[in-house]
Amino acid sequence: MADKFISKIPDGPLAEKWTKRKSEIRLVSPNNKRKLEVIVVGTGLGGASAAATLGELGYNVKVFCISDSPRRAHSIAAQGGINAAKNYQNDNDSVYRLFYDTIKGGDYRSREANVYRLAEVSAAIIDQCVAQGIPFAREYGGYLANRSFGGVQVSRTFYARGQTGQQLLLGAYAALNRQIAAGTVKSYPRHEMLDLVVINGEAKGIIARNLVTGELERFGAHAVVIATGGYGRTYFLSTNAMNSNGSAAWQCYKKGAYFANPCFAQIHPTCIPVHGDQQCKLTLMSESLRNDGRIWVPKKMEDVMKLRNHEIKPSQIPEEDRDYYLERRYPAFGNLVPRDVASRAAKERCDAGFGVNETGLAVFLDFKDAINRLGHQRVAERYGNLFQMYEKITASSPWEEPMMIYPAIHYTMGGIWVDYDLQTTIPGLYAIGEANFSDHGGNRLGASALMQGLADGYFILPVTIGDYLSHKFAEPKTDTSAPEFEAAEKAVQERIDKLFAVKGTEPVDAIHKKLGHIMWEHVGMARTAEGLKEGIAQIQELRKEFWKTVSVPGCQKEFNQELEKALRLVDFFDIGELMAKDALNRSESCGGHFREESQTPEGEAKRDDENFMYVAAWEYKGEGNEPELHKEPLVYENIHVATRNYKD
Amino acid sequence: MDFNLKIWRQKNAQAQGHFETYHVSGIEEDASFLEMLDILNEQLIREGSDPVAVDKGCKSSGPVSFDHDCREGICGACSLYIDGRAHGPDDQVTTCQLFMRHFENGATITVEPWRSAAFPVIKDLVVDRTAFDKILQAGGFISVRTGSAQDGNTLLIPHDKAEESMDAAACVGCGACVATCKNGSAMLFVAARVSSLALLPQGRPEAAKRARAMVAKMDELGFGNCTNTRACEMECPKGISVEHIARLNREFLAAKFSE
Repeated sequence: MADKFISKIPDGPLAEKWTKRKSEIRLVSPNNKRKLEVIVVGTGLGGASAAATLGELGYNVKVFCISDSPRRAHSIAAQGGINAAKNYQNDNDSVYRLFYDTIKGGDYRSREANVYRLAEVSAAIIDQCVAQGIPFAREYGGYLANRSFGGVQVSRTFYARGQTGQQLLLGAYAALNRQIAAGTVKSYPRHEMLDLVVINGEAKGIIARNLVTGELERFGAHAVVIATGGYGRTYFLSTNAMNSNGSAAWQCYKKGAYFANPCFAQIHPTCIPVHGDQQCKLTLMSESLRNDGRIWVPKKMEDVMKLRNHEIKPSQIPEEDRDYYLERRYPAFGNLVPRDVASRAAKERCDAGFGVNETGLAVFLDFKDAINRLGHQRVAERYGNLFQMYEKITASSPWEEPMMIYPAIHYTMGGIWVDYDLQTTIPGLYAIGEANFSDHGGNRLGASALMQGLADGYFILPVTIGDYLSHKFAEPKTDTSAPEFEAAEKAVQERIDKLFAVKGTEPVDAIHKKLGHIMWEHVGMARTAEGLKEGIAQIQELRKEFWKTVSVPGCQKEFNQELEKALRLVDFFDIGELMAKDALNRSESCGGHFREESQTPEGEAKRDDENFMYVAAWEYKGEGNEPELHKEPLVYENIHVATRNYKD
Repeated sequence: MDFNLKIWRQKNAQAQGHFETYHVSGIEEDASFLEMLDILNEQLIREGSDPVAVDKGCKSSGPVSFDHDCREGICGACSLYIDGRAHGPDDQVTTCQLFMRHFENGATITVEPWRSAAFPVIKDLVVDRTAFDKILQAGGFISVRTGSAQDGNTLLIPHDKAEESMDAAACVGCGACVATCKNGSAMLFVAARVSSLALLPQGRPEAAKRARAMVAKMDELGFGNCTNTRACEMECPKGISVEHIARLNREFLAAKFSE
């Protein structure tokens, strides 16, 4: 497979690479597009925009989602905004600056060419979304409004209140609906991909379970696109949706697609803290709040104690007794440092004993100054729905007392390895959005996930996939009675039968929760070689326990949510183990991956460019065998690689 | 906190449904309603797989199926008719953001699926809402091809218009409006989409056609008529106003006149 593990980055100057690649890509004529079928799995921003655009181009598209409607995909929950290099604010923004900020924010572990292309198409995304009728926030003159996000010093984030992901997804979903009505796209809601079918080394279809009837169904195509998001739910508690999972991507890995940088998981600094054992989901408070909110803990331990005993309210602590620790440590960026930096700083204060709630795992995010400066109405326009959400959940009003926040798992930068064309190591198999690894390196900047999902789906994949499909239009439709489909379906059936055969007593979620504890403890915000080895051992032990004790009630051929969860958990064990192995291999600190052994005297992350400036791509070698590590060297021709500095 | 839960159980679309009552205890008051159902389900799974408990007369039909996903009030997947109200007793929240502190300790809580001819039950509390997708496929979009858009700032949209459009666009497509309407009408859902696009210049060219097509599709799919009871507005978790229905009616009438 070595010949497929080539990044295919075009030659030539950075700013001309995408144009050059596009001019080389072979075209497919309209009458031939009609003969070609493409499967898109997932209907978030990447999947919905890709399926709609491929449909517009004239391909026959089948689109799958596990929810009752494509509109439920978890992109919908993104709050703060979407970045674009428009320079509408005249603050000296540019494609280069967006590119530079993204590479730097990712701690120099992403590909220059991919990131530059992302920045290059970013402006067209905003135009497209405006044309679709997305009600972006406007200035009083009618022009588009912007705000700032972490890790940057310009205002390039476009937003629709605190519901930007929802609005962008509804736009992509509307484009998808238009194609469904036109007959170019067929939609399969409540269908879950359980295997990838590979024939003669090429992706030719999927096996999916109809979640209503429980039947296994076969679907063939000339190419398959994976747009199923990340694997943050490995940690059980995360900001991901309950049904978000890594299984579709994992089946691709097991069929030969390399999996890249699995250890790069993002821990978001501003989530509502864990409140007890009965919780199953953490809620994010948008990063946009850090535009106007100030993060602090008390300076004095006695105030911390009084807070925990409810003897004083946070608003009673005088200004001089507050430690605005981000402003103190990182004066140049203040509260708007990147997520990984802000998360570690919160952990540092809480580890030192200054956590402000009963569990000691919370810091304040305070809007007092913003309300005084801007007035109630302007703050409400910017963050009204977030304040309301916070109050509903915690029964405390951010208008009166500061929010309490703590870091939580939010996003995974790692994913299926893809080349510049977004093709995986399996020809005909593509991965887009959070499901791939390519653009965010070791840490993703805020408001860049929406940008990447839509860049891949609207503007990149629909072009690059043509290069592959241009060789395929003479091929007949994929025959789903082929032995490879037969074998894949049989393997899925065996996996399901094996789960029902356990007949244990433990609910799936109870075991998943244990996996989450292991992951958070050993593969979380601070990692050590010893802890990672311990984590791997514990995951292996828990997996054995699962296969002895799990209870999957009901039967296969019915609507069965416990079976769905059990199938996903089986893969979460494997994903968690590979994350830990990758984290163990990468003995540097980098972006969201912090190895305690590798830090500066001030406690900042210390990269090791000499030994780790590469993409770690793992190849599956069969059950029970160690995966093989392949390295894609990262070459920086246009950026001076430096230690990230957010201090001055 | 302790609760008695009277929950609608229905094996599949064809089967006859019935209520079953369960008891849960030790629920934290900060737990959400769906977390409470998770706890019930863990209990039912353990009872169902424990022969002793079954022998003692635990009448378990296995865990309760219910739709849910983001658990932060935005995906629109969760539904549930709780004590006779769509999304339960708290105002302007979806069920996933309803917390147990809104209930009295020891209360009996009745939980049903959305009841509407257009939303058939799939299992227990899960219903089929694909009718909503079909309504939007009939015209809930602006016909713009990827790549053909002009610069975003060439279309000036007054701040207040954008905000008003956003008010309507906040619809999460959960179906509470239909479930709560005595006629099973989807007018608020249709109006939210029609209005959100009609308020923007880029939505105007297809405004008449859109209103006509979506209303026709709604009628065809078996949703009822609007008789202005405003129950939908009361129960909408996103507070979408019936003023949008008035705008839909204006668009619809204008479309009729222009025919």
